[in-house]
Amino acid sequence: MSNTKGGAVPLLAARDLVKAHGRTEALRGASVELRAGEILAVTGASGSGKSTLLHCLAGIVRPDTGSVTYAGERLDRLPEKRLSELRRTEFGVVFQFGQLIPELTALDNVALPLLLAGVRRQEAWERAGEWLERFGVRGQQELRPGEMSGGQAQRTALARALVTGPKVVFADEPTGALDSLASEQVMTALTHTAREAGTAVLLITHDAQVAAYADREVRLADGTVAPLEVAA
Amino acid sequence: MIGMSTRHILLGLLATGPSHGYDLKRRHDERFPQARPLAYGQVYTTLQRLVRDGLAEVDGIDSDGGPERTMYRSTKDGARELAAWAGEIAPPAPFVTNEIFAKVVVSILSGGDPEAYLRAQRAAHMTRMRELTAVKTARGTDLATVLSADYALNHLDADLRWMTTTAARLTTLTAEVDAG
Repeated sequence: MSNTKGGAVPLLAARDLVKAHGRTEALRGASVELRAGEILAVTGASGSGKSTLLHCLAGIVRPDTGSVTYAGERLDRLPEKRLSELRRTEFGVVFQFGQLIPELTALDNVALPLLLAGVRRQEAWERAGEWLERFGVRGQQELRPGEMSGGQAQRTALARALVTGPKVVFADEPTGALDSLASEQVMTALTHTAREAGTAVLLITHDAQVAAYADREVRLADGTVAPLEVAA
Repeated sequence: MIGMSTRHILLGLLATGPSHGYDLKRRHDERFPQARPLAYGQVYTTLQRLVRDGLAEVDGIDSDGGPERTMYRSTKDGARELAAWAGEIAPPAPFVTNEIFAKVVVSILSGGDPEAYLRAQRAAHMTRMRELTAVKTARGTDLATVLSADYALNHLDADLRWMTTTAARLTTLTAEVDAG
């Protein structure tokens, strides 16, 4: 089934993905497309294959069969070196628990991807500070992850995912551990910032209120894309 | 809106000071942006009833260069009535007469396609939830609009969770019938 509207060329496309973990097939022929600048929610019950789909699309795991195309390149066939370069420069990733480095301050956590990309220290700190400001956590920049609230840590993780100016941000249940108000702050910050920057977002969630921040929804059921709309 | 009392809402708006019908209607529509706008006729009828019941009284005529308008103010009885209503719990509604529920049940009974209906209904609910989320998170949105959108979003979300569970139950039920 095609999820394309208006015939625009997708930035990222998965076709007929099959991926098994041992004898369990997590994906059984899933196809999905993400257009440039689009915020797409992937929803579905636990075990429907949402996270495996994200891992395949982000080039973290390779599908058993099927294809993943990013900006015209077959991601599933790229050598590991080129893949990790893509992940560092074009993709940003946020998980349920931000996975910030506990020993580093918020500012250093956000500056880290820039330092790894060869940006000079002073400039990296300045840019990191600007991104923390956008996410409303500038005042917490000297705190370490253990000293922040869950919402502050997630907004710091989002700043880190966006600081390098990626084309796509992959967010796997980014509000899964937050209460509803903290979740709202994180989602508002993410969607406003992504829309301003023109960054596409692939958002995995089981929460309809979180999915409602996206432009569009794709539902997974048993490793395939479930039909969403019925012709009127 | 179920259980919304125009009478008490007007009393609540009058609690901030004397006002006339046109102003009350405007403030109601601003405060409850997701509710159906009040009709002028309904505002004036309700005000007359409040006066009849001693809950409000006429506070003179305001012309202020424009057309003459009757000003109303709340009475002590009105304030007591408002406080009693605001503190009274609303009955936790079972909502079992909801149209979505009725359609699914009828569809099962009549051998229809409840799963297709649930999918279409889910898509419609999500579209509405996206609209409400956009309204709620737009910069500079006032608190009344945010609260109203939150309320609607939580109720739509409850419908969706029920629809998801129902769709899963239907799948199980079909599998059991097929296996039998």
